[in-house]
Amino acid sequence: MNKRKIFGISLYILFLMLPIYWLVMMSFKSNEEILGSLTYWPQHFSFENYISIFSDPSWYMGYVNSMIYVLMNVVITLATALPAAYAFSRYRFLGDKPLFFWLLTNKMAPPAVFLLPFFQLYSSVGLFDTHIAVALAHCLFSVPLAVWILEGFMSGVPTEIDETAYIDGYSFPRFFIKIFIPMIRPAIGVTAFFSFMFSWVELLMARTLTSVEAKPIGAIMTRTIGGEGVDWGLLAAAGVLTIIPGCLVVWFVRDHIAKGFALGRV
Amino acid sequence: MNLKVKNNKAWFLVLPVLLIVAFSAVVPLMTVVNYSVQDIFDQNSAVFVGTEWYRELLNDPRLQDSLVRQFTFSSAVLLIEIPLGILVALMMPTKGKMASLCLVVLAMPLLIPWNVVGTIWQIFGRADIGLMGAFLNGIGIDYNYAANPVDAWFTVLLMDVWHWTSLVALLCYSGLRSIPDAYYQAAKIDRASAWSVFRYIQLPKLQSVLVIAVLLRFMDSFMIYAEPFVLTGGGPGNSTTFLSQTLTKMAIGQFDLGPAAAFSLIYFLIVLLVSWLFFTTITHLDNKR
Repeated sequence: MNKRKIFGISLYILFLMLPIYWLVMMSFKSNEEILGSLTYWPQHFSFENYISIFSDPSWYMGYVNSMIYVLMNVVITLATALPAAYAFSRYRFLGDKPLFFWLLTNKMAPPAVFLLPFFQLYSSVGLFDTHIAVALAHCLFSVPLAVWILEGFMSGVPTEIDETAYIDGYSFPRFFIKIFIPMIRPAIGVTAFFSFMFSWVELLMARTLTSVEAKPIGAIMTRTIGGEGVDWGLLAAAGVLTIIPGCLVVWFVRDHIAKGFALGRV
Repeated sequence: MNLKVKNNKAWFLVLPVLLIVAFSAVVPLMTVVNYSVQDIFDQNSAVFVGTEWYRELLNDPRLQDSLVRQFTFSSAVLLIEIPLGILVALMMPTKGKMASLCLVVLAMPLLIPWNVVGTIWQIFGRADIGLMGAFLNGIGIDYNYAANPVDAWFTVLLMDVWHWTSLVALLCYSGLRSIPDAYYQAAKIDRASAWSVFRYIQLPKLQSVLVIAVLLRFMDSFMIYAEPFVLTGGGPGNSTTFLSQTLTKMAIGQFDLGPAAAFSLIYFLIVLLVSWLFFTTITHLDNKR
């Protein structure tokens, strides 16, 4: 490590952190202070903004709603993508390659394209404004990505392991659950991380498919723009609270994140 | 690489994925195709109009303008973020606590909901309450992203660089980690300069991850919606209105189902086509070497 490198990376990290620092500082300020003058540190440290979020159900239910559909999405994604990725990594079957590429094209579909039909489809089957609707809609891009990542990782596991297990008398489901899944735990962690990430950050679909019951936090945040202008402090506090779950998740997978970002294909 | 066994029963393992993607992709896509060739007045009356919407749209300045803006934006994003991402990856510490700390910090912008990214920059760039806006105006630059198109573009680009360069950096970082130490030792013996180490060892090894990075960045920047929507609302005027926003306005705001559906299909086809072009050109170059 030489000095130039350290300087460069520090500069970049400073660039990443400054806007976040400003948001966090702002969330501890009162609106008078925010609009009054530029202060680099809150003059009167107050938790007022956070208290008003946590004491109002229409605020904190937004976080609960978002968490619910994100977790549903992660579970559905993993449950369906694991066997499929195994099939793609181990077997050749009729139409396997076209199928794999077709799955990937769904990741390329702009969410805005699917907005209208989703709205009508989910309304017609009575799923509009439910958590499961958002979770299913997010599967559109999380499932293809999960299959892609898992397939990359699974191809790195030697087939001898499968064969030995079958010779030892394991049935497929038992082998898959008892031996194979524990073996690719890091891959599952990374996949869950990606599903979480893409579902947590997505707003367009989540907002269109919900109105009251399952409204995500991103849509609720627009409420801070009221009659008397924007409630900046409250907006900043709500923003800070959306960053925290992501930080927690990334901390758990930090050792595998580098490999995971290359989708297991380095 | 493992040898794959031919087994058509593997279809059963793929079935759940197929069902779920069919429900969430094929059915809606068919609906879009259906709408795009009809003029819909209400639930019960729809008239088949053939390719009318397509012809109308291709001459529509709304589509053309936002398409041009979209391509300008995506190219600018790729031109800035790919080199910067490689540079950041090269500078990152390789071992120890600092390395994991760097990884976590770098991953942070990726995990912030997109509308919150818009909010962060909306606050950060404002001249009255934001650090950056106040600083720029303080040193004598008349900066206001809500009124001046150039400033709006600068802010949107800076925001995207802030948001997504980390993805490129993390991809490249993992690519760099997979280079065996022996390569570097050989380079040392040959007294290779830092530049030739990069040019002849690191860059070729990065190729596969760079393909992923370019594709992901192209696709995601082409679909950008929430960040500019929150930051500038597409303004001032229409100067930062990109494709997704034009489409959303059309589909939800005005309920022009037919044109919106046709727009969606054109949009999707453009993304598919350009992604395919990127993919084949890069893999083709790879094969020729």
